[in-house]
Amino acid sequence: MASIEATEARRAAAFVAPALLWVLAFFIIPFAVMIGVSFARLEGRTVVYGLSFDNYLRFFTEPSLFKGLTISLEITVVVTVISVLLAYPLAWIIAMRVPARYQRLALMLAVLPFWTSYVVRSYAWLLVLGQNGVINKALLALGAIAEPLEIASTRSATIIGFVHFFVMLLTLTIYSNLIQLSPNYARAAADLGASAFATFRHVILPLTLPGVVTGAFLTFVLCIGDYITPQILGGNNELTLPQLIMLQLGRRGDFPMASAMSIILMVVVTLAYFASARWLKLDRV
Amino acid sequence: MGRIIAWAYMALIYGFIFLPVGVLVLFSFQGGRLPVPPFNGPSLKWYGQVLGDRGLMTALGNSFLVAVVSSAVALLLGFLAAHALARHRLPGSVLMRGLLIAPMTVSYLIIALGLLSVFNGVGLRPSLLATGIGHVVINLPLCFAILYAAMGDQQKNAERAARDLGASEARILWLISAPMLMAPMLAAFFLSVTFSWDEFIIAFLLTRFDVTLPVEIWSMLRSGLSPKTNAIGSLVFLVSVSLLIVLEFTVFRKRTP
Repeated sequence: MASIEATEARRAAAFVAPALLWVLAFFIIPFAVMIGVSFARLEGRTVVYGLSFDNYLRFFTEPSLFKGLTISLEITVVVTVISVLLAYPLAWIIAMRVPARYQRLALMLAVLPFWTSYVVRSYAWLLVLGQNGVINKALLALGAIAEPLEIASTRSATIIGFVHFFVMLLTLTIYSNLIQLSPNYARAAADLGASAFATFRHVILPLTLPGVVTGAFLTFVLCIGDYITPQILGGNNELTLPQLIMLQLGRRGDFPMASAMSIILMVVVTLAYFASARWLKLDRV
Repeated sequence: MGRIIAWAYMALIYGFIFLPVGVLVLFSFQGGRLPVPPFNGPSLKWYGQVLGDRGLMTALGNSFLVAVVSSAVALLLGFLAAHALARHRLPGSVLMRGLLIAPMTVSYLIIALGLLSVFNGVGLRPSLLATGIGHVVINLPLCFAILYAAMGDQQKNAERAARDLGASEARILWLISAPMLMAPMLAAFFLSVTFSWDEFIIAFLLTRFDVTLPVEIWSMLRSGLSPKTNAIGSLVFLVSVSLLIVLEFTVFRKRTP
């Protein structure tokens, strides 16, 4: 008996091994190398390895670099809050007001633009928000404005592009949470004399909070690490952390600084995880 | 009253969601040189230009190749690992599950940067192979998680019966486990294809000459707004949505009675 179990265990180990080796070789080791590189220094064009905290010190003392972090955080927080506030009512309407047989269709429509390429979606916002874009042309034609609005190449454009993407994502996660709620909760609350608002505030909202926090956490992580949307829509006035990382790589070939900034980005995400861990249910997304 | 507000809100948000895609598709039929109002069309000339563009078509082929191959590898590795971890009690299985899921929690930029450092070190040049390796890293956790969650007792019993009847482990996997998990396997595969197909930053950092479609579109953006970009974007959208509709009526139909 023991030998059969031993063979089975060995076979199982052989099945897990390829996946584990892949993760080890192409994720864990690169990550470890990156940590190592973040403590190296760039002298001229060559990377000098060692245990130097220069990159980290420079990041926190050089305003042009540190500002990237604060800008990223500001944008991410604003995007997360607006997206949740817009997506929750939509998910609620689809789950509660739309007839059950049309809910799947309504949801698929709500996320349809997901299926355009991410790069193209940011570009499409450029067509809407640009100087000669649809919104400016429409407002000018209506006489609502005399001069075209400067929306593209500003922080607002970045935020609009992000909110567009994350409203879709959050609608999905919040909907899947709402639909699992038994209608009996609301009925019980109503029987006990709660108003519609009180029912929502004290019953529905607390029960859906895990779904909201999970979606918000995903939004936070994806938003703060994204390079494409700010690069296409945000212009060059204020650079986010991922844009600064790409700048270190591209223009200067400064791998150590780019690595250090990536580690800082990861630390921020980890902190966000611990801040929301109490409500997170990542396995249920 | 509440009803009207609800429908109005829904219309408003749907309008917001569809605005950029509508503009994108509309101005892909633009007659003039700029994809902004006024609309003077419809014209198919930009679609003609897209189809006649060697660089774009090569990039399209590259993207397709990387997406299919890397997703197949991720699916195979994920399936084997999920099967082993769901069926057998292995020492350290919690740690192994954690390791397999870990890449999901890290931004693509960081994965790309780490791979770039390592590939530079071992002399693997930026290429489709390098990009494909990176795409397996991002899709393996997804395939593993989907399949691990899908492996239930029902399959376990069928596998046990086959084993009692003398089937070899390979035959069990091929004839029992894989067919019973067809729907989640297809779901995992097509999700991976979608992610790989649309992935930009890894492909951007890890390719140089054989670029993928998102990278090629990116370089088109540098020369400013053009209805040609609208046309390729609309084509990608059309293909993805067709794929989605086919999946909806084949794979996913069975799961929702």
